[in-house]
Amino acid sequence: MLFKKNKKSLPITEAWRGLTFTRRALLVGGGQVAIGAALATRMAYISIIDNDRYVLESESNRVNLTLIPPRRGWIVDRHGKALANNRVSLRIDIIPDRLHDKELVLGQLRTLLRLDGDAMERINRDLKAASGFQPVAVAEDLSEGDYASILVRLPDLPGIAPQRGFARNYPTGAAVGHLIGYVGAPNAEEYQKDKDPLYITPGYKIGKDGLEKYFQPMLKGTPGAKRVEVTARGKVVRDLDTKSDIQGQTVHLTIDADLQEYVARRMGRESGAAVVIDCTNGDILSFVSMPSFDPNSFSDGISNSEYAWLRADDHQPLINKATRGLYPPGSTLKPMAAIAAIEHGIDPSERHTCIGGYRLGNRFFRCLGTHGSLDMPSAIMKSCNSYFYWVAHRLGYDAIAPTAKLMGLGEEFQLAGSSQRYGTIPDSAWKMRKYHQPWSASDSLNAVIGQGYVSVNPLQLAVMASRIASGRRLYPRLINREFKNEALPFSPEALATARHGMDLVVNGPGGTAGRSKLPLDGIAMAGKTGTAQVRGLNTGNGKGGTWKFRDHGLFIGFAPVDNPRYATAVVIEHGMGGSRAAAPVAKDFMTFLFDREKAMEALDTFEAGWGGTIKERMDRDYAVWKSGASSDPDPGVPQ
Amino acid sequence: MIPVPPAVQRIPWKLIAILSGITGFGLLVLYSAAGGSWSPWAWQQGVRFLVFLSVALVIGRFPIRIFEDFAYLGYIGVLILLIAVELLGFVGGGSQRWLNLGFMNLQPSELMKVAIVLALARFYTQLPPGNTRTWTALWPALVMIGLPAALVMLQPDLGTALAICVGGVIVMFCAGLPFWWFGGTAAAGIAALPVLFSMLHDYQQKRVLIFLDPESDPLGAGYHISQSKIAIGSGGISGKGFLNGSQSHLDYLPEGHTDFIFATMAEEWGLIGGLGLLFGFFLLLRWSTRVALKARTRFGQLTATGLTMTIFFYIAINLMMVMGLAPVVGIPLPLFSYGGSSMLTIMTCVGIVLAIENDSKKQGSRLS
Repeated sequence: MLFKKNKKSLPITEAWRGLTFTRRALLVGGGQVAIGAALATRMAYISIIDNDRYVLESESNRVNLTLIPPRRGWIVDRHGKALANNRVSLRIDIIPDRLHDKELVLGQLRTLLRLDGDAMERINRDLKAASGFQPVAVAEDLSEGDYASILVRLPDLPGIAPQRGFARNYPTGAAVGHLIGYVGAPNAEEYQKDKDPLYITPGYKIGKDGLEKYFQPMLKGTPGAKRVEVTARGKVVRDLDTKSDIQGQTVHLTIDADLQEYVARRMGRESGAAVVIDCTNGDILSFVSMPSFDPNSFSDGISNSEYAWLRADDHQPLINKATRGLYPPGSTLKPMAAIAAIEHGIDPSERHTCIGGYRLGNRFFRCLGTHGSLDMPSAIMKSCNSYFYWVAHRLGYDAIAPTAKLMGLGEEFQLAGSSQRYGTIPDSAWKMRKYHQPWSASDSLNAVIGQGYVSVNPLQLAVMASRIASGRRLYPRLINREFKNEALPFSPEALATARHGMDLVVNGPGGTAGRSKLPLDGIAMAGKTGTAQVRGLNTGNGKGGTWKFRDHGLFIGFAPVDNPRYATAVVIEHGMGGSRAAAPVAKDFMTFLFDREKAMEALDTFEAGWGGTIKERMDRDYAVWKSGASSDPDPGVPQ
Repeated sequence: MIPVPPAVQRIPWKLIAILSGITGFGLLVLYSAAGGSWSPWAWQQGVRFLVFLSVALVIGRFPIRIFEDFAYLGYIGVLILLIAVELLGFVGGGSQRWLNLGFMNLQPSELMKVAIVLALARFYTQLPPGNTRTWTALWPALVMIGLPAALVMLQPDLGTALAICVGGVIVMFCAGLPFWWFGGTAAAGIAALPVLFSMLHDYQQKRVLIFLDPESDPLGAGYHISQSKIAIGSGGISGKGFLNGSQSHLDYLPEGHTDFIFATMAEEWGLIGGLGLLFGFFLLLRWSTRVALKARTRFGQLTATGLTMTIFFYIAINLMMVMGLAPVVGIPLPLFSYGGSSMLTIMTCVGIVLAIENDSKKQGSRLS
């Protein structure tokens, strides 16, 4: 009633109503057309402007991409023989998200695959840490029978994913442990760093140590992919296409696989390292540190108890002694000292009389014998300390240290995949820097016989041997890298004297390694033994008693004498002497390089005495340790 | 020349062609949505269409007088059905929207969309012209709209409640009520949106929120809208081809044969199919709007406009929903979506509009 009066001027009639209707109906119709046009525009916008984006999203809905882990590249020796290759591996994984009845499934798996407590513990731990669809490995390398037993029960085991893949294989096992390293499943940090989706694919392994780690970029290859069409619920409708993986590149090493294995086996039950270098180009032919671990065990995911066993061993199988073991080199430095002496004007034919030692002021430095009158080559042959005390006293060690460094001692080499401890070649500046004390003559005397402050690793000793043998500054290499290997700045006379001395050590009358002559016609080895004291000079004689306090045995050598081809260094920890422990080992593997059959005969005899090949011994030792460990919560150090 | 018998002439061939065209297209889409199979959806939808088309043609022969006479009675009847459904739901311990009639589930709320238009048209036909701008013209209409809308909201079915309101309000608008009432109400409505929003059910609120930002929950409630847009967008201009829609065939698109059938169609037929369908709907609505404009009686005018709006509302809201312009409210696409209730409603609307057309032809030719 209020409204009525307000606006109305003309009366509302039928005609007015009709007119209003027409106007408003047209308005409504127009509105509808406008909305319809807006909808058409919107649709055009989505399907034309945004088309690319939505096509992509539709494809990513439809297509599920599964990565196929690439086969890892092989690592082969100089003749193409595999040091690391791949073998077919049957594996079982768990997809946590699809695992509904954990206890039941794990119980079944435990029975079917005969998993031990170790394995169950690991699976439970991994399952706790895993999330979603990231698979957890249950078992790898199953036998066909076990694999089949899982396959037939698959419908009753939701969450279980059997797979046929590849696993890393090291044909010579422990012989290449320290050289090649091993592979393993990437851990969380590695995944965070690289963000590679392959890392969470079960069965995918990356290099964790040694060359496997160093050459990871080359070895890894390119993953393949399987594209499948899936429904919204994840059911696979059909396979679309499969791009096969591209295997990683092959890495060619300078190693001689047969020699490597022979050397490793010849080391026997000893702890030590042996390196063989080609004197023509610096190729490392063998690079052994024993005892070792079996990289196959690591690559398959080593068990806690096996790892504990390796850790507990006082022979330290987890340490690569060839580059990370530092030893006083003992008398093996004498040929090098001889070269330094000649370079500093000492006549090699000049004689010095050994009276069983050398008097320096009021101290008497003992020699191991009373050698009488000696020239330089025979001093090397007899390993006479007195002679070299006399040399060192005359020249001072600052004159000898640069030669030692030129020989590769104290040097860290650019060597693929190795981490090195490069030791010390002391001189007066070094001592002042380190201890703020002046260098003394007695320091020189200790250093010249490879004791005191001097420490080197076996690789450096081998490099020194190869440089003395070749007269060139050979740079050790594991892969085909070019080095200049220029001639050493020493006179031919100096080198010849050192070589002659080393020849006498093995082949001369009363040389220290006389028992280690090569059993070959026309090929002789030259060498130098060394015995490094572990404790101070006056505590015990180092020739017996507790293993840990016995002297180290060292040997450097090369062969053939007249035209050196192979140089070597052997260190046997606590071997009680170079001629006793190290030289015989070198003798056998140097023989192997020229006459395999003869060398194998010798090895077979030794192995029969030691109780089998490396693998047989390791398996047995592990079994013994395990049974001991299970009854004794704090197992003693195995001897 | 063969003389065309008048009985054949009287059949609205053009209208049948439009309806058959839209529905036939829909059948193809349903065939594809079922993975290239006439069952379970396409053949049933086809049979249903033929039945309802016949019903519409029969309704179209009815004299318009009948609708006017039974408008209130029908409205009250449907209102009672709505209350009955509500009570049934209450007794049954859950919300229920339909009555099981044996051969189909009847949703009284669907019938209400038609009944409200008829009842209001009758009301404004009877209202003396002088009262058009008075309170008398307003409150009975508001009550008539408010009661069923409230009942439907209780179900709760926001989409249908809105459809009832829109159908009713358009009749009021065309009846000549003061323009500013609508403008004012719209303004007030916008101002009151937050209050209305708070009255919605949790899941309805969520739908509205997700609509405003579908990416916030792409795997949850925003999934419908995201997947629908992917289907439409990936179709491009000419579509992926018949039976080649991956979104629908691999079940990424939910409700691909009912509410989201437009997305299913667009994926396979592209923008061309979409525009074609829109053109079909345009022809249908142009026909019914023309009928409204030419209607002889005021009841006919108002009814035809209201029913046109009801059909349009279905189309517009459904398309806005599948293109991410409106929240997911569960309104099917007329004639296209699989389902009996909405087709019944649409065909009833069409039948009544047809009756109005026939009425204006008969009477018009006689009088003018």
